[in-house]
Amino acid sequence: MCRLLVAGLLLWSLAAAAEIPLAERRSGAAMMGPDLRAMQEDDSANPAGLWLLDGAALWSRRLGEAGQSCADCHGDVTTSMAGVAARYPVVDLAGGPPMDLEQRINLCRTTRQQAPALALESRDLLALTGLVARQSRGLAIAIDDGPAAQPFIAAGRALFLRRQGQLNLSCAQCHDDNWGRHLGGAVIPQGHPTGYPLYRLEWQGLGSLQRRLRNCMTGMRAEPYAYGSAEAVLLELYLRWRARGMPMDAPAVRP
Amino acid sequence: MARALINVPPTAKPGAIIEIKTLISHPMESGYRVGLNGQIIPRDIITTFVCTYNGEEIFRAELSPAIAANPFLSFFTRATVSGTIAFRWTGDNGFSVSESAEIVVE
Repeated sequence: MCRLLVAGLLLWSLAAAAEIPLAERRSGAAMMGPDLRAMQEDDSANPAGLWLLDGAALWSRRLGEAGQSCADCHGDVTTSMAGVAARYPVVDLAGGPPMDLEQRINLCRTTRQQAPALALESRDLLALTGLVARQSRGLAIAIDDGPAAQPFIAAGRALFLRRQGQLNLSCAQCHDDNWGRHLGGAVIPQGHPTGYPLYRLEWQGLGSLQRRLRNCMTGMRAEPYAYGSAEAVLLELYLRWRARGMPMDAPAVRP
Repeated sequence: MARALINVPPTAKPGAIIEIKTLISHPMESGYRVGLNGQIIPRDIITTFVCTYNGEEIFRAELSPAIAANPFLSFFTRATVSGTIAFRWTGDNGFSVSESAEIVVE
């Protein structure tokens, strides 16, 4: 009897951890009030615009040993970077681990510009990431899920399903099983990263998806993944794949 | 570097009511928070915002510590003549930023 019950519970928990059907996915923007949505969509009211101004200045600043700016290679950001952010994180064709947009920008800095990498979560890196992500607004998230990427997506999903922290929670328990319900006063979103880096009112600033993940993990009383760590990028990759086909709204505004 | 985003319609009909939107980057540190070292983080806010239309003051706001970072202000005015709409934010620690926008009224 006891064994049956355990088996039943196990089955239930497996069933409950099912992915959200593609057609039922909703972005966090759809769960916000009309005021916040208006703030996000109005370029002169979206505070992320301040970071975009910084990003545009950085884009054309020559620096490093190579004395080159982003614009020297890539030209106009609005054309050269259109749709680029929608593809990140990408899996290295040589079979290396996935790389997110922040890491890609830093790779360009260190190899092409021969300048020191920007600190993860620094204002300058967020400004450049925001500027690049802005060029994918309205485009569908298109993560490459070919054979090379499959093991990494699966590893990210395993992290998403893994219970952790003193509350012994997995990401899936809130964002697959209980989205739409309330956690305190806030609606639990499905957790689709369509708008990063985004301006979160709680932060009063622009922040990356990894910062958001760290917030969640602190709330679960788990040890947050370090910025740029392998786990953080794998989880990022899985979440972006999970939101495949959804339109980008970066840089978004969220409560 | 303090950045500001200004939205003023470039053209308007005489007598038309126009909306002006401003956004400025500023931490608006309230002076009530405690830092990691246990010390109060000193207040650093914008205290005054003034908007002039061809030199004449049309809008003024006094900002207080309870206002969030990166203050957004929007207000309405009547477009009368072509000219310059100027904005000035001043605050703690000698903070002072000026911006302006041209409007053509015809």
